[in-house]
Parts: sequence; structure tokens; C-alpha cells
Amino acid sequence: MNLDKLREKLAYHGVLLGLVGLGASGALATADYFTHHDIEAAEARDLQASLKQVLPDGFADNDLLKDTVSLKKADGSEVKVYRARLGAEPKGAVFQVASRGYAGDVVALLGVDRQGAILGVRVIKHMETPGLGDKIEIAKGKWILGFDGKSLGNPSVERFAVKKDGGIFDQFAGATITPRAVVKAVREGLEFYRDHQQEIYAATPSPPEGGRGPG
Amino acid sequence: MNQETRDIWADGLWRNNVVFAQILGMCPTMAVTTSGTNGLGMGLATTAVLVVSNALVSSVRNVVSVQVRIPVYIVLIAALVTLVDLSLNAWMHDLYKVLGMYIALIVANCAVLGRAEAFAAKRPIVASALDGLAMGLGFTLALTVIGLVRELIGAGTLFSQASLLLGPAFSFMEIQAIKNYGGALLMILPPGGFAVLGLLLAAKQWWERRQAGRPVPVADGPACCTV
Repeated sequence: MNLDKLREKLAYHGVLLGLVGLGASGALATADYFTHHDIEAAEARDLQASLKQVLPDGFADNDLLKDTVSLKKADGSEVKVYRARLGAEPKGAVFQVASRGYAGDVVALLGVDRQGAILGVRVIKHMETPGLGDKIEIAKGKWILGFDGKSLGNPSVERFAVKKDGGIFDQFAGATITPRAVVKAVREGLEFYRDHQQEIYAATPSPPEGGRGPG
Repeated sequence: MNQETRDIWADGLWRNNVVFAQILGMCPTMAVTTSGTNGLGMGLATTAVLVVSNALVSSVRNVVSVQVRIPVYIVLIAALVTLVDLSLNAWMHDLYKVLGMYIALIVANCAVLGRAEAFAAKRPIVASALDGLAMGLGFTLALTVIGLVRELIGAGTLFSQASLLLGPAFSFMEIQAIKNYGGALLMILPPGGFAVLGLLLAAKQWWERRQAGRPVPVADGPACCTV
């Protein structure tokens, strides 16, 4: 058959590989084109749902996803802060906090009211040991609710730690590093909030560029 | 059911089982079998990819030359897995949040490439798709069993969080098998995976030897890459 003869040629392999690569890229580009709006929408829905979880019902009536401000942390990284308002009055803020756990960063959303008391914490991303460190997820345990109502000074800074370190928060049997990471992330988040409270509620929503330092 | 179909099923589910006979796909096997539910989820996702990748490879088997077949299969499989990943993320987002961690790992499962090379490259489309289904279900069975043993000894539960994977109707599968159990951390960590797999392999060999009354022949899987 003609195809057999053609296959003997050296160029056949190269052309074949090229065509397969081209076909695969084309298929992926097409799939990306058709899915990326839906994926973005689904991720926005996820974020919205997580934001709702760290705020009490009826706490805010604005669209938090559209009322954001970007601030620089001490280490230079950017934090996106979602502001909760009831009517025109600012009620609180939600932002991401992270700290290194047993395996990679533990990322959580932290909701804080105007006085700096915790409204809620939810871990949204982590790679901790399944069945052991993953009790920090709300789906797998109530531990994370222990932060509700706490703030800097309640408990005091030394006591804002897991029990093993002389603090008030439980660790898990066999897993201290993971809860320690979450406690540290939350404490640092509260400190960040204390240091940037003025900027967070400054009038202009969503400045296009960050880096407006304090004074 | 004719002889060929019977052979495909027997090979996939038991005789030439991806995990218990070919010892392929060890990366996902060790990584996700910390619970029965995780094993089941990974197995089902892999099965779906195996069926389509086998059919795809079989359909281009007359065009692809022997010299470049491996890169062609890898590109096809990787593209396929990415397509599954994108469409799940876009249109079945709740399922994706549960299965998401497994999907990308499927590319690293050389059982998929192994079936392309050992079966689909030589056989017609329907038989290849069936082989993918049988091998995938055999893989699912192995992962679920390993996961259940590790979960039972490690945490004292069976199919915990099955309702997250399969829907609330399946919450009856979640069983607290041992009450007030402190847990055996070793079984959840990677060494437990190797220990359970080794013991299950030994049990399978023992059983087959006993059935046949003679030493068992060494399995004939493609030894392309045991990852």
C-alpha cells in the first residue's frame, strides 16, 4: 500500500509528530477558548461562597468581589482585601493569610470586623497529610471555628498559639505543625489588619496600582 | 460473550491487573490510597481516560510509525487529560473540586501509556476501548481495596467522605468501623502504602499458587516505566 511506502521516508516521522503536536495544540486552544469564561465564573462563585462563610449572615450587603483594595505587606507581597459594607458603612474586611505548614503553604481566608475581632476563618488550600492535618478543613472538623471572636489581646500575644507552645488553641494528636501554621497565619493576619486598618477603609475602591505606603 | 471479550475482562480485572500483576501506576497508587473513597475516585477518573485514550490510539494505529509512536501517544494522552481537566473544571465544577487533585496525576500513570503500547496499538477500536474499561475497573478495584485496608487500620473508618465524591445519597457508605480508635499514622503515610501493597501482592500470589498447585508464572506487563 502507498502508506507503507510513505512511512519508510525519514520525513514521515517528523511531519507526523508535527501534525500530532499541531492537532493537540489546536484541540487544547479550542477547549481553552470554550471553557475559560465558565472556569472564571466557577472560581468567582467559589470565592464568593468562601467569602460568605467567613462572614455572619446579613453582615454585609455589598458585592465583596467588586469592593477590593490591594495593599503591600511588609515583605513586599500584595494582599487583596475584600471590604464588607452594610449600606455605605464599612463593617469589616476579608483577606487571604498563609503560612508554611507540614507540606507547603496553608492558605486561609480571614474575616475581621472593624474592631479587629475574628468573624471567621476557613482554610481554602493546603497539602497537609490526609486524615491527620486536614482536620483544619471545615468539612472534616470544627477546629477552625475556635478562632471565632478572638482578636489581638484576646488572647494575649503569648497565648495566641497552640497549647503545646503555651497557647489556647488545640493541636491534633500526631499533628502539631499544621495547626501551628494556621494559628501563625491568623495571628499575622490580625497584625496586618491592625497596621493597615486606615488604608483598608480609605475611600477609593480598587486602586489600579498598589504601593500606596503609609505616609 | 466470546473468548476474546472474556479474556479482556479476566486480564483487566484479575489476571493482568494493572496494580496487582503489572505493578504499574505506582505513583497514583501510593499517593491517593489513603482512604477507600480516594482510591475509588482516582480509579474512576483513570478508567474514563483509559477508555478514550485506548480508542484514540487504536484509531490512529495504522498512521503512526513505530519509530515515533511513544511521543505521539504521550502527546495524545496528555492532551486528552488536559481536555478532561478543563471541561470538568468548567462544567462540573463541584465534581472537579473533589476529583481535581487526581486528574493531573493521570498523565503520570504509565498504565495508560502501557495499555496504548501493549494493546491499543495492535487491536481494533472497540476491543481497545473495552480493554481500557476492564483495565480501568481493575485499577479501580485495586486502589479501592488498598485504600480501604489503609483507612481501616490507619483511621478506623471505611469510605469516609464518600458523599463528597458520589453525592449525598451515598453517605450510607461512610462507616465508623472501629469506635474510639486512636489511629495508626504509619498506615496513612507513604510507608503504609508500600506495606499494604506488598502484603496484598503476597496474598494474591499465595492464593494463585494454592489454586494452581504450582508456582505462578511471572506477570507479562510492559516494563516501560514503573512510576
